[in-house]
Amino acid sequence: MEKEVMALRECYRSGKTKQMSWRRSQLRGLRDFLKEKEVEIFRALNQDLGKHYVEAFRDEVGILNKSLNFVFKELKTWMSTTEAKLPIIALNSSAQLVPEPLGLVLVISTWNFPLALSLEPLIGAIAAGNAVVLKPSELAPACSSLLVNSLPNYLDNEAIKVIEGGPAVGEQLLQQKWDKIFFTGSPRVGRIVMSAAAKHLTPVTLELGGKCPAVLDSLSRSWDKEASVKRIIWAKYGSCAGQACISVDYLLVEKAFSSTAVELMKVMIKKVFGDNPKESQSVARIINKHHFLRLKNLLTDEMVKDSIIYGGSMDEDSLFVEPTILLDPPLHSKIMTEEIFGPVIPIITLDKIEDSIDFINSRPKPLAIYAFTNNEVFKERMISETSSGSVVFNDAIVQFAADTLPFGGIGESGIGKYHGKFSFDTFSHYKSIARRNLYTDFWFRFPPWTNYKLELLETAFNYDYFGMLLVLLGLKRSRKRFHIN
Amino acid sequence: MKIVSAALFKDCTTSIVGVGLGGIITYRHTYKFNQVRFSGSVRSSCYCCATLSSTMEKAKQTFDVDNAAVLVNELRKTFSSGKTKSYEWRMSQLECISKMIDEKEKEIIDALHEDLSKPELEAFLSEISMTKSSCKLALKELKRWMMPKKVETSMATYPSSAEIVSEPLGVVLVISTWNFPFLLSLDPVIGAIAAGNAVVLKPSEIAPATSSLLARLLGEYMDKSAIRVVEGAIAETSTLLEVKWDKIFFTGGARVGRIVMAAAAKHLTPVTLELGGKCPAVVDSNVDLEVTARRIIAGKWACNNGQACIGVDYIIATKEFAPKLIDALRSVLEEFFGKDPMESKDRSRIVDSFHYKRLINLLDEDKVSDKVVVGGQRNESQLQIAPTILLDVPEDSLIMQEEIFGPLLPIITVEKLEDSFDMINRKPKALAAYLFSDDEQFKTKFVQNISAGGIAINDTVLQLTVLSLPFGGVGESGMGSYHGEFSFDAFSHKKAVLYRSFAGDSPTRYPPYTPAKEKQMKALLSGNLLNIILALLGLI
Repeated sequence: MEKEVMALRECYRSGKTKQMSWRRSQLRGLRDFLKEKEVEIFRALNQDLGKHYVEAFRDEVGILNKSLNFVFKELKTWMSTTEAKLPIIALNSSAQLVPEPLGLVLVISTWNFPLALSLEPLIGAIAAGNAVVLKPSELAPACSSLLVNSLPNYLDNEAIKVIEGGPAVGEQLLQQKWDKIFFTGSPRVGRIVMSAAAKHLTPVTLELGGKCPAVLDSLSRSWDKEASVKRIIWAKYGSCAGQACISVDYLLVEKAFSSTAVELMKVMIKKVFGDNPKESQSVARIINKHHFLRLKNLLTDEMVKDSIIYGGSMDEDSLFVEPTILLDPPLHSKIMTEEIFGPVIPIITLDKIEDSIDFINSRPKPLAIYAFTNNEVFKERMISETSSGSVVFNDAIVQFAADTLPFGGIGESGIGKYHGKFSFDTFSHYKSIARRNLYTDFWFRFPPWTNYKLELLETAFNYDYFGMLLVLLGLKRSRKRFHIN
Repeated sequence: MKIVSAALFKDCTTSIVGVGLGGIITYRHTYKFNQVRFSGSVRSSCYCCATLSSTMEKAKQTFDVDNAAVLVNELRKTFSSGKTKSYEWRMSQLECISKMIDEKEKEIIDALHEDLSKPELEAFLSEISMTKSSCKLALKELKRWMMPKKVETSMATYPSSAEIVSEPLGVVLVISTWNFPFLLSLDPVIGAIAAGNAVVLKPSEIAPATSSLLARLLGEYMDKSAIRVVEGAIAETSTLLEVKWDKIFFTGGARVGRIVMAAAAKHLTPVTLELGGKCPAVVDSNVDLEVTARRIIAGKWACNNGQACIGVDYIIATKEFAPKLIDALRSVLEEFFGKDPMESKDRSRIVDSFHYKRLINLLDEDKVSDKVVVGGQRNESQLQIAPTILLDVPEDSLIMQEEIFGPLLPIITVEKLEDSFDMINRKPKALAAYLFSDDEQFKTKFVQNISAGGIAINDTVLQLTVLSLPFGGVGESGMGSYHGEFSFDAFSHKKAVLYRSFAGDSPTRYPPYTPAKEKQMKALLSGNLLNIILALLGLI
């Protein structure tokens, strides 16, 4: 492995990856991969997660195409040098900001969106001109092997490598020196990654998860109610069966509104997934037995099982969990303290919907907060009084598709951000350049020091040009100075 | 600044050389501990005569993790109350800093003189003025910085509107250093306050006068419920690093930088690390010698006597040109610091005897000591070394391996100036790289080929004063950047906010999935309006 890493670094040193033409050709390679291997991708995602191909297109292939189109359009602007403003006193000087690649970067991806969460950071790393090693998750083996076997046919293998493997390989990779590590996964492994990075002073971006709450206000119009519930249902069960870091984890509603909400949810689940959701093919499967059992434990917990008011059936052979609703499980139960990451939604009732702010603030900062409300004051409070990676009003998950918004967490939900230009920035160093010529010079910058020089410097620092003139002409009395020595 | 670490993390049981290294800490400005217990070893304080008597009493109090936790909890409470988030609070605190600098200028200059013999004018120029302009800029721009930034949204989320909201991170820790103990303490604090955070500042114990002045002044001028100073050395720093912060901003050596980042990893705390490195200056033969010499000296001996993270560490020039450059440097040095530079009051001293000895070791290494072409005089009792230039020291010597951080300047000669690229790129990435040249092509090549935190062309240290440029390193020289709005950003979280209405829902995104939906979705994500209409009409 060390040899491979050395070779990649050598390739980066050659300067090839810095060329705009190289970056574009690699991005084109990614686009071709997505186009030509679409069927294989759909098959792999179905094999690993039982994702319906339309869902796979929406959440993975389509999203990536959209990101690629955006990069193609913007890359030249992103790569260009920007001028920085200077005060008048900086005569004959100029200042610039030059983005440069970081070098050789490592992208560690995860299993729930094995394509999107591997290639989205890869797009950013390539756009910024880095050499890259991508490690897909071994828990989505079909996708991982597709990436290892097919992707290299489309990319420059001297600068971009896909390395397959489990925790042992991950550990080996972390021992190498990287110029950036981009990690998507859990806070627990995130800590390990950052500790390993510290040894080499490697900057990290950590895309973690957390319990993302959805707050459903007591809406009055039936259209609003239905649209909200539909979007919540979709965000919970319709995107990788709730196995998404920005999925709705739990729902906060007012007590008086809870029965309305529950009834609507039941109706909507039936409408969207049919009477037998298992047969509908529209709900993804749980990734593996380990996670299936984890979910099973959450639901069969003595404190929790009585609060199941809808669904709850599970099939271990097909790793299927029915869309499930719980009403007011105890707050100290595991299902309310751990990220659920599955098609199970606990509803927590509150006296007033405004109490949701305290409720959210008493827990670790989530990656996203979703609030369904028409109350503008409440929206304003939600923005200013809570803290999270993002806030979305009246919808969920769609923020992932917005290229103009940074995507990333805060606190337990992560460090750093990406998507669109933010991806480019994540993998770039902005080098500041100050340029001077050799002609103009203020003699008062240099020792030996006198009070006269001090006076000039003070006026210069205040950009007090008139004052400077007065001092120069000897018209301004030197203010009394103290002397040391 | 690698060496800061060596002193900072010396074994607790070793006796500490120099004044003020002892474990005096002022905690909340109410009581002083004279003895610090850390990892079972006890150090006694040698702070000053006034506290000597109480040292005898062997007070058993320590600044332990519990104290740190109490401190953070108090600040967290203040932060949760929302007080620090308001525009008014941030402005009032920034105004307090500005007022404090104006009113206490003399005390600040005195403290800097005590710690480093910093010449008054240099102290004014590099510390007071810089801090003041940073504060002024924040006062002027804060409203604009705080404003949510509207961003465009695409077809993928249509119809919607979106903005990016800057929110404070929470309770942050600023660990500062000794070479510019005032500026490098307050500059990050200004950023942290501007962004609406509660802050704990840990100044460096190696500049004890400034450290205790900061503790006293911030206690006097600032809102104590949100802004605190914890004084101390390794023990206190280690203790502070054990508790959870929402951001750690560290200035110092790469070795301690690693320790800080590893400690931060435990709590998933983001870090900004402002480290140092060997900053090269490449000098072309087509330059105006006098101006070049002046500006190099300004960035070396007139900049805290070389004890600066962006100071010139070594020079690269061609073989033929080096002697001319040395002559120019020699004559300008005399112009600036007189015939006997050891008598000049216009240079800072070496901070302490630990660093003095370290520098003498670099200078007295076998293969190095005979390379001195200018200077070389030393005075241990004054902690002073004359401006010293060395010609062609071997690349494997200590002086070319470690950050020098003092008044020694090696000049390395090359055949062709292009050879400098390889030489620089063989070393870890520096915080700054300097080029003196009149050749436009070479300038462009230099910018393209040299990776460093920042680059200044035809000047030194100047990039630091441009507040519209980010200041920060890359690789071994650090991560993250600050100054001006970048300081605000370093202490802010950029929250994405997306507004959707209940209207305008297309059934496309919802299951049950059909081939028609796939087509519509393809069109939608392609962003092509015509395709969308065609897909909706069922025509593609």
